[in-house]
Amino acid sequence: MNDLKVAITGGTSGLGLALVREFRRRGARVAFVARTASAVAEVARSQQAHGIVGDVARKEDIHPVALQISAALGGLDVLVNNASSLGPVPLALLADTECEDFAQALETNLLGPFRLTKALLGALAASARQGRGAVVLNVSSDAAINAYAQWGAYGASKAALRHMGAVWDEELRGEAVRFLCLDPGDMDTALHARAIPDADPATLKRPEVAARELADAVVHALATAHA
Amino acid sequence: MIAASHALQRPRDARVLVIDARGAIRHAPRAEWIDQLRAGDLVVANDAATLPASLHGTHLASGAPIEVRLAARASLAAEELSFSAVVFGAGDWRTRTEERPLPPPLAPGERLALGPLAATVCGELGHPRLVALRFEGDAGAVWAGIARHGRPIQYAYMSEPLALWDVWTPIAALPVAFEAPSAGFALDWRALARLRSRSIGFASITLAAGISSTGDAALDARLPLAEPYCVPAGTATSIRDAKARGGRIIAVGTTVVRALEHSGGRAGSGLADQRVDATTDLCVVDAILTGTHEPHESHYQLLRAFADEALLAAASQALETAGYRTHEFGDSMLVFKTPRAALSNCARPERHKAWAQALTGFLRGAASRSCSASA
Repeated sequence: MNDLKVAITGGTSGLGLALVREFRRRGARVAFVARTASAVAEVARSQQAHGIVGDVARKEDIHPVALQISAALGGLDVLVNNASSLGPVPLALLADTECEDFAQALETNLLGPFRLTKALLGALAASARQGRGAVVLNVSSDAAINAYAQWGAYGASKAALRHMGAVWDEELRGEAVRFLCLDPGDMDTALHARAIPDADPATLKRPEVAARELADAVVHALATAHA
Repeated sequence: MIAASHALQRPRDARVLVIDARGAIRHAPRAEWIDQLRAGDLVVANDAATLPASLHGTHLASGAPIEVRLAARASLAAEELSFSAVVFGAGDWRTRTEERPLPPPLAPGERLALGPLAATVCGELGHPRLVALRFEGDAGAVWAGIARHGRPIQYAYMSEPLALWDVWTPIAALPVAFEAPSAGFALDWRALARLRSRSIGFASITLAAGISSTGDAALDARLPLAEPYCVPAGTATSIRDAKARGGRIIAVGTTVVRALEHSGGRAGSGLADQRVDATTDLCVVDAILTGTHEPHESHYQLLRAFADEALLAAASQALETAGYRTHEFGDSMLVFKTPRAALSNCARPERHKAWAQALTGFLRGAASRSCSASA
């Protein structure tokens, strides 16, 4: 994995941070994106990764972020769309959900990944043409499949993300750019704590365990991208 | 021709003027350019993404407002923070470049504040508008500053300010071009799928397309500046295989012609510093898909390597009569090389290659020397 070029959104906390660590541990070159400059600087320093300040939910941030990813890594093999928004916090019934909170979930969980993937598709396809393979991993949730009360904004956005990835995988098979959509499970992260503040951490998966599983899946998909 | 003033990469009514290898001229909807190709041909495009290379700021010694347009760099490496740049005085793209004031005199060692970026002037490059400059700070901060503060270079015929997404081709990858490799606007993912379904190959090179116009006749005569490029190993293999099976190489844009003819189609990095014109023997490329160029442009000179003056004049007349649109968001031309009677010089690629490498090394050295002198 020494030459692998990986970009991860939401890379300063939870699963994203665990993914930055996991891919760095495996020797990949990593660029990550997050909104808070001080947290980005800290993770960049501690993980020797390339930190980029930006918000994937903002249309205007997408191309500057994509530019910095491609420039820093000299191309791109793997994009992990990990940054996620719960929508309303605390969680709310759909009927009580403000339109703005629903829109925020869609911007972060669906439109952001769409825009960033589109902006980076040239780099990913170039990697695939050079026989390196290319994978986009969309981080999903069981809320994308099952209907849970109070998870409407999040679940609808993650369901759409899942379907978008499936269509993209169908359309880009010829370019050898593969799309994965994986549910890491309920993890002990800040996002989970915002959703369910009284959950017992002992019952939750460690994000580093989930990161290892996701990295394994990415490596497998890269190896079989041309099959 | 009519200036295409809207930033629409693939207008539905876009057209292509085709000049075939026998010199026949015909018109077609642009989407049909692929119908002019055969199974076994190879299409090669430039996958450079476009930098927001226009940076507004201040010349600190005088306090004067300036616009810096990054124009060239010695290599594609992110660590290379020395640039050639065209500098204008006050004003922006809405004023024609021909009417823009000169910047204040820019002396070596003087500093420029460009939004979050700081740059040092390394020296003038033979013209008061053209300077070498070097950004201060680490590469990550410099690219973040360019990404955030820069705007795409654009010209007065456009109706609205360009956003970065307007100037990235669908296949844009490494951000190294100073202006869009706009022939690639004609490509979309559906076109790539069509190529594949017809057994036509597709490959890419990366060339840092330089600035196309400065509004100054003396400076424009020096364009295009030397442009660094990379031909990936897979692309070199695809070219060799296509040639071996009798396929033709179709370059999407003048930058691809420059890179492939400079490299001889071989894998590797280089600095394309040659002119391609009527005297050039095309050794790799058989056809070019490009914009509609007018006789005074350097791109038009490049077309003379494909077709003779009489044929290009007839094509220009046809473009004019049929009301084609020009500039980067305009219509297209697909020009197949007219076979030449004379013997070609293409059989000595190794010597050509050695020369290119020597020159590249020299230019790289020159760039770092000029900057360290003023640091």
